[in-house]
Amino acid sequence: MWTFVSPRIVFGEDALDEISTIGIRRALVVTDRTVRELGLVDRVTERLDAAGAAWEVFDGVRPDPDVPTVLAGADVARALEPDWIVGVGGGSPLDAAKAIWVLYERPDLRPAEINPFIDLGLRGRARLITIPTTSGTGADVTWAIVLTDPAEKRKMGLGNRENVADVALVDPAMAAGMPPRLTADTGLDALTHAIEGFTCTWRTDLSDGLCAHAAADVLEFLPRAVEDGADIEARSRMHHAATSAGLGFGNAMASIAHAMGHALGSVLGLPHGRAVGLCLPYTLEFIAREAPDRAALLASRLGISSASGEPGARALAAAVRNLAETIGNPTCLADAGIPSAAFNGTLDKLVDDAENDTQMVTAARSPSPDELRALFVALYDGNTVSF
Amino acid sequence: MPYRFPSDAWIVELSRLLNESPSYEGSAKDWEGDFIFVVEPDEAYSETAYLFLGLRHGKSTGAALLSSSDERPAEYRITAPFSVWRKVIEGTLDPIQGMMMRKLKLAGNLMKIMRYPKAAKEIVSCCADVPTEWPVD
Repeated sequence: MWTFVSPRIVFGEDALDEISTIGIRRALVVTDRTVRELGLVDRVTERLDAAGAAWEVFDGVRPDPDVPTVLAGADVARALEPDWIVGVGGGSPLDAAKAIWVLYERPDLRPAEINPFIDLGLRGRARLITIPTTSGTGADVTWAIVLTDPAEKRKMGLGNRENVADVALVDPAMAAGMPPRLTADTGLDALTHAIEGFTCTWRTDLSDGLCAHAAADVLEFLPRAVEDGADIEARSRMHHAATSAGLGFGNAMASIAHAMGHALGSVLGLPHGRAVGLCLPYTLEFIAREAPDRAALLASRLGISSASGEPGARALAAAVRNLAETIGNPTCLADAGIPSAAFNGTLDKLVDDAENDTQMVTAARSPSPDELRALFVALYDGNTVSF
Repeated sequence: MPYRFPSDAWIVELSRLLNESPSYEGSAKDWEGDFIFVVEPDEAYSETAYLFLGLRHGKSTGAALLSSSDERPAEYRITAPFSVWRKVIEGTLDPIQGMMMRKLKLAGNLMKIMRYPKAAKEIVSCCADVPTEWPVD
C-alpha cells in the first residue's frame, strides 16, 4: 500500500492567472531577493491586487535555506495571519514556504521535527500555492523540505505528506528568463529526479511513467533551452518535465546522487542542481555493477540502449555524462572548480553526511563507507566507477 | 536453527547479528537509545509481545522478551500488529514506508532517529538474516 500525493496543478501559458480565481483574502508571498528583483514577484502581486487580496512579501530566503530563515518567515506569517502562503522561486523559496507554512500552523514544532511519521493537522489557518521560477526543483509538487543546519553545515531532509501544496501554478513564462548556466544546472536536477525516481527502491507503477517521460524530455529539450533561452517550446517542455519529475520522485524517492549532492551543497557550497547532476553518472555506474536492472530498463525505454543488465545501466550513465558535456557543465568536481585541498580536507564529512542522508535508504545498491569514499574520489577526478 | 518470532531467542539472535555487523556499527557509532518492539495481536497471532533491544554506540547492549512494556525503560517504541512485523522481517514491507503509512507506529524522539536512516536500514537487514520460524506456519 502506498499513497500518491499531488497538488492541483494548473500548468501552461497564463497559468499564473489562476491566482485570481482562488479566493485569496490575505497572502504571504515567500521568495528570495533575486526572484523579487527580476520582477517575478510583481507578476504575482499584480494578480493578487486584481483579485482584491491583501499581501506581504517575505524575501529573506537565501540559497539552501536554513532554520533561522524559516523561523523568521514564520514570525512574519503569525503577525500577518494570511489565509494563503504563496511560494515563488526555485527550490529554496519553495521549501522555505512549506516550512514557514507548517511552523505558522504548528508553532509548537521545531523545524527539525517536521517528519513524515506524525499527523501535522495543517490547513486550519492557511493553504499553500507554489509557483516555480526554475525548471528543475520539482519542489512545487513534492512534500520534501530540505533545510540547512548552519551549526553542523548539514542538510536535513524533512517534510510530511500533508505539507504538499494545495495548488501549483506551473507557468513556463516564470522560468523563461533563466540564464544558460541556471537553465543547465536546474535541468540536470530535473533529470536526476527523474532517473533516481525510476531507479530507487521506492519506485512505483504510478511514478515510473512520470519519471520516464520527464527524463526523455530533459534529454531532448535541455540542450535547446540552454542554447537558446528564447526557444519557447524547449522552455515549456523543460518546465513541465521538471514538475513531472517532481511528481514522480516525490511519490517515490531520490537516491545516492541526492545523498552525495546534499553533502556537496552543504559542505562545499555547490548549487544543488549542479551537485546532484555531477554525481548522477557516477552513482549510476555504481549501481550498474550489482543492481542494474531498473537503470537498464530506463535506458531501453529512452531508446538509449537495448542492452539489459550492466551494459544498459552504463549506457544510461554515459548518456547523462554526454548531456552534461553538451550543455557545458562540468563532469567532475575538479572541473567544477573545487580545489583539491578543500575536497581532501572535507572528504570525511562528505562521506559521513552522505551516508546519513535520508535519500540513501532507497539506494538500489547501498554503498559501504569505503565505497562512498571511493565514489567521491572518482567524482573528484572524473574516473569511471568500476567497483 | 530457526528462531520463533516473537521470542526471547529471536531478539537475542538479532542482537548477536547486529554485534557482528560492521555496517551497523559504522552507521550507528554515535547512536544512544534502546527500543521496544511491540507486537500486537491480530488474526494471525493472538498475543501481545514486547521485545527489548538495547543499542549504544554501534553495538547492541542486550536483548530480551519482556513481560510488559514498562518492565524496562526504552527511548523508542515501535508498535505494529504481528502480520506487519512479519512483512518487515521477510522484507516485503520497508519499515520506513510502513511508518509513513501508519502501519507501524513509532514513538520517541523522531528528530534524533531521522538522523540515522542507514542504521535503521541495517537493523532491518539484520532482522531479515535471523532464521525465523512463524507461529502460524
